[in-house]
Amino acid sequence: MSVILETHDLRKNYFAKPALRGVSLSLESGRILGLMGPNGSGKTTFLKIVAGLQKASGGEFSVAGTPGGHRTKELVSFLPDRNILFPWMTCLDAIGFYADFFGDFDRAKALDMLSFMKLDPSERVKTMSKGMVEKLNLTLSFSRRARLFLLDEPLGGVDPVARERIVTTIIKTWTEDSAIVVSTHLVNDVERIFNDVAMIDEGEIVLSGDAEELRQARGKSIDQIYLDTFGDR
Amino acid sequence: MYEFDPNIPIYLQIVNGIKREIVSGARQPGDRLPSVREQAESLAVNPNTVQRAYQELEREGVCDTRRGTGSYISERDGLITALRDEMARALRRAYAEGMRALGFTDEEILSALRAELDGGRAT
Repeated sequence: MSVILETHDLRKNYFAKPALRGVSLSLESGRILGLMGPNGSGKTTFLKIVAGLQKASGGEFSVAGTPGGHRTKELVSFLPDRNILFPWMTCLDAIGFYADFFGDFDRAKALDMLSFMKLDPSERVKTMSKGMVEKLNLTLSFSRRARLFLLDEPLGGVDPVARERIVTTIIKTWTEDSAIVVSTHLVNDVERIFNDVAMIDEGEIVLSGDAEELRQARGKSIDQIYLDTFGDR
Repeated sequence: MYEFDPNIPIYLQIVNGIKREIVSGARQPGDRLPSVREQAESLAVNPNTVQRAYQELEREGVCDTRRGTGSYISERDGLITALRDEMARALRRAYAEGMRALGFTDEEILSALRAELDGGRAT
């Protein structure tokens, strides 16, 4: 096992407002980390910095041993929390778009996942439901041969059946030499796939650890621990 | 999706599920267990969790791992009897603890159990 993601005292300020107040964590290959916290706790900011879409105000990170910067972008696949595809695009257009951008894009895998997701290759983004758009975006992010996958709220606004399909896809994409970070506040639906959990509040990690050990130590589900941590606000 | 109790470590629930399948005859000694990946996909859990469950089964002597080919249910003598005894003990303990917590005396527990076995007519 090797370390895929290591962050040290990662900070971010939006002008005077701090969004991250020193986040340090380490994620090994073959593990799935659940990053949990209420809206505005800093989850998306953290993921965007690691994806190379925003610059940290302080601290550092590395991906598979490479210091954070433009070179880590090719190691990281990021699923944003909103649709980033043009409405006129069909599934196939979107696949072509990604294949042009990313050298590690696996077209065969994308087509395979498209049929697993029950998406019509010639359907346009414009006519898709929210859940279908989410599944298409997930297909695209997961079709790269990246070392680190960052999924920002992959279950938001998606019905329970599509949620199950997304959870299965996350397990199918799992490999021993990559790692996955899933940010969510729908803890109940995905906690069974997490190895590690980190709860983040106002830009700081307030609780982190191995999911099974937390269940054992507290005799509670991760969902319940989440509610205990954040319930009083 | 397979239902787990989220309050209990998932790997333990997988371990107990496989033991139950062995005792009930759904899995036979010598059978190969599904690969870690297959099992993870069908249960919709993390592959590391399945791996951990298989390691636990191996540590308890319920399974043997043969290099490169997977995990097999042990063919040693007395495995099924031992698993049955272990599960029965856990059920008995849970029943006794639950009844004592309700304030039943040992005598009352025994007579309640007898009544239940006789068809649950009286308590």
